[in-house]
Amino acid sequence: MDTLAALSDDALIDRLERGAFSYFAEYTNAENGLVADTSRDQSPCSIAVVGFALSCYPVAVERGWMSREAAAAQTLKTLRFFWSASQSDQPDATGYKGFFYHFLDMKTGRRVWQCELSLIDTTLLIAGMLTAGGYFDGGGDEPELRALADALYRRIDWHWAQNDTEIAAQGWKPECGFLHYGWDGYNEATILYILGLGSPTHPLLADSFGRWTSTYQWENMLGKDVLYSGPLFTHLFSHAWIDFRGIQDKFMREKRSDYFENTRNTVAVHREYAARNPRGYEGYGRDFWGITAGDGPVHQDLRENGRDTRFFGYMSRGVPCGPDDGTVAPWAMLATLPFTPEAALAGARHLLDAYPQVCTKDRFSSGFNPTLDDGSRGWLSEGWYGLDQGLLVMMIENARTGLIWKILRDCPYLRIGLKRAGFGGGWLSP
Amino acid sequence: MTGNPAAPNSDQLSDEELLRRVRPVDWENPRPKGTYDLAIVGAGPAGLTAAESAKQLGLSVALIEGNRLGGNSLNAGSVPSKILVHAAALRAVLREAEEFCVSSPDELRVDFAAVMARIRRMRTRIAEYHSVDRLRHAGIDIYFGKAQFTTPDALIVGDARLRFKKALIATGAYPRPPNIPGIEEVGYRTSANIFNATDLPKRLAIVGGGPLGCELAQAFCRLGSEVTIVQNDPKFLPREERDAAELLSWSMARDGVIIRLNTTVIGAHMDSGVKMLDTIDYQAKGVVPADEILVSIGRVPHVEKLCLERAGIAYDREDGVKVDDFLRTTNHDVYAAGDVCMSHKFTNVAEASARMAVHNAFKSEQSGRSHLTIPWCTFCDPEIAHVGLQVWEARERSIPVKTFTVMMQDVDRAIIDRQGDGFVKIHVKEGTDKILGATIVASRASEMINEMSVVMSAGIGMRDLADVLHIYPAQSEAIRMAAVAYKKDCAGHADHRRHSSPDGISSK
Repeated sequence: MDTLAALSDDALIDRLERGAFSYFAEYTNAENGLVADTSRDQSPCSIAVVGFALSCYPVAVERGWMSREAAAAQTLKTLRFFWSASQSDQPDATGYKGFFYHFLDMKTGRRVWQCELSLIDTTLLIAGMLTAGGYFDGGGDEPELRALADALYRRIDWHWAQNDTEIAAQGWKPECGFLHYGWDGYNEATILYILGLGSPTHPLLADSFGRWTSTYQWENMLGKDVLYSGPLFTHLFSHAWIDFRGIQDKFMREKRSDYFENTRNTVAVHREYAARNPRGYEGYGRDFWGITAGDGPVHQDLRENGRDTRFFGYMSRGVPCGPDDGTVAPWAMLATLPFTPEAALAGARHLLDAYPQVCTKDRFSSGFNPTLDDGSRGWLSEGWYGLDQGLLVMMIENARTGLIWKILRDCPYLRIGLKRAGFGGGWLSP
Repeated sequence: MTGNPAAPNSDQLSDEELLRRVRPVDWENPRPKGTYDLAIVGAGPAGLTAAESAKQLGLSVALIEGNRLGGNSLNAGSVPSKILVHAAALRAVLREAEEFCVSSPDELRVDFAAVMARIRRMRTRIAEYHSVDRLRHAGIDIYFGKAQFTTPDALIVGDARLRFKKALIATGAYPRPPNIPGIEEVGYRTSANIFNATDLPKRLAIVGGGPLGCELAQAFCRLGSEVTIVQNDPKFLPREERDAAELLSWSMARDGVIIRLNTTVIGAHMDSGVKMLDTIDYQAKGVVPADEILVSIGRVPHVEKLCLERAGIAYDREDGVKVDDFLRTTNHDVYAAGDVCMSHKFTNVAEASARMAVHNAFKSEQSGRSHLTIPWCTFCDPEIAHVGLQVWEARERSIPVKTFTVMMQDVDRAIIDRQGDGFVKIHVKEGTDKILGATIVASRASEMINEMSVVMSAGIGMRDLADVLHIYPAQSEAIRMAAVAYKKDCAGHADHRRHSSPDGISSK
């Protein structure tokens, strides 16, 4: 096989897109459609990864990696599982009030780890279901598939998840009720609010989006104006499904920007931060960035340059306010392909050239820290995370053909949600 | 830990001197001299400031204190905590000495008893500026004892009846008692008595992640305690913005503080001589073992036992004495200042509100507390300081706001000092150069925020601020850099407008 570095840009991204997609073939339970959170032994299913997988099957069909029938059959199996899985307030159910628990047993589909009923992860799952429902518009398995996707979306009680407050809770547990993580400020929850507002059955209250966005901060930092959020993934997740080019809500109208442009500017901030490299981490530079949520080293008492620096393990890292321990997510630069193609390609190529070990089987690992050099050229996260692979497939595809964006533009719930959130202009114009 | 062998003597002297300054043991209250122009209840920062302001106006003043002069700030708050924080910071710096190519001593021993003795000595030293002798010399009648209003224009202290033309309530606030089953039996400390501890607790559990809880968590950890801090909210410092609070979390975690956010303390019990806090969080129930428990969950105003009803003064146990914008209570001859009525329970606010109350009571032109520009600071490392509006407050008022952020890691002096953690954020009303507020996270944010306070009080905008010469290299240069970023941004927008002119002709 050719080395990645020798490939043309088109061939390179094609290869990496397919490599990322291949994660789903390898780590899905074909019986129920559940997908493992990571490639590691005993990994449970993450419902968010299932959402990404469902969004990627149409890509595979279009690219000829899967037959339409096989993709529809796999999708239908997945939707049937979620539709019939137990929904109750019992601690080992699969979901409750239409939402699902974050992590499920790969075989039984029941809740594991006493994890939370997760709003954001259910959102990513249902976004995948709506993508499937939008794409598979034919006969055979497809009418049932569409009906199930619709029913699963309608079943979600978003209003309940507001818990009589102004904004959505972040989760719920049968052991202790609603969870609030204090999600002030911009983050990946835009799609949660939009799908929550679009529901014809149990929508979020109309002003919830306004309440949430009132915690936004518009900042000039490192030479750019941005709606600030530190971790890069928060500027990507909602964009995997929603084409934010040219549409604006009240906040973005006021700032004469849009969320797409904001991600572009955020990439500029990340690159500038990496070039300045204030903490002097190994490797950082204009083509080595991508600081976000992901796996990282855990070395409690390692003294780096004399200072007691703790490494953070799996967590959300951010720029420029931190936290930053010298760990980057190797997939992240390429995932910005729709926004800043030159930066994405230059970064990905530099990474593959300088540290080829971050990409095995054409899949990027979740975390890499060249500063922590124990003689093996830096710390590298073991295996792969499904979330990273799914996001990368969708982002590459959106950059190449805009496929996912096109499917979701035609989703009536999404359009209604956007309008209720105050979005207008561009492709939303009548 | 053993104390310095020479310490007890000098400490004893220091303690005696402190009492001479703040509460002489052989004190006898004076006889009231007719009707006082101003009777002040409480001699903390607000009461002392009010007394001095009133004397400057040539008024007759009675100052009544139930405990010691200086109030919470001197005796249990700002002053002692900062001494502890300073010792802890010094130890943290010494641990990093090698970073600056200076070898650190092999053993960084902390003599905790000596640190506490230093607190008492410093307290004695600072108490001199408002000592009983000085106040008496200034012609202020000091009464020690509990005050109670008897009528709208009189109060009693012991057997003395004081009539007044105007009165000021400045009784402050006290640590909020915890509502935790079993904690009274187990025993705990608050800010009122933590500084009386003589031994460094091996394990310290702190309940509450407000400013004092965070300051002491980091300080005790750096001095050598194993500290767990339990906070029921998802973040520390509820008054601060997300990034500032998060930076503090990481900083405390790096020091080794065990952080339990989103965690509620539901009980306390003893187990084999160890204090145990029972907790519940999103994961499960848990316990925090500790040798000492510090409860720091806010402060409640001192309003009880004053017989405020007899003077027609409305109050609320939670919010304190009810005052209008001019600090006047429902009895129009009685004012209030400081922690007893202000939501910002800080020494600087207590003093400012006291000056304002005295002025409003005796002068025709009135000034309102809503116009105060209030800077505050949490003295962790890095320090977290704020002045003016927060972004969310501006947005709630529909003021469009843009923040100019400079990272300390981009400021030369901070790079040199290896103090790059933090930022300067200046919040500006969009479309203008008017500064609405600022948040500074930096090693010396408490000093830097004062520049922003001056700038805002003087009405200096970002344009002019950008042209003010600052010392180079100094960390406060970050403030000017933010103003320069503002100017650049304006130039960029002007440029952008020129380039996108309707006729499409670039003016370049």
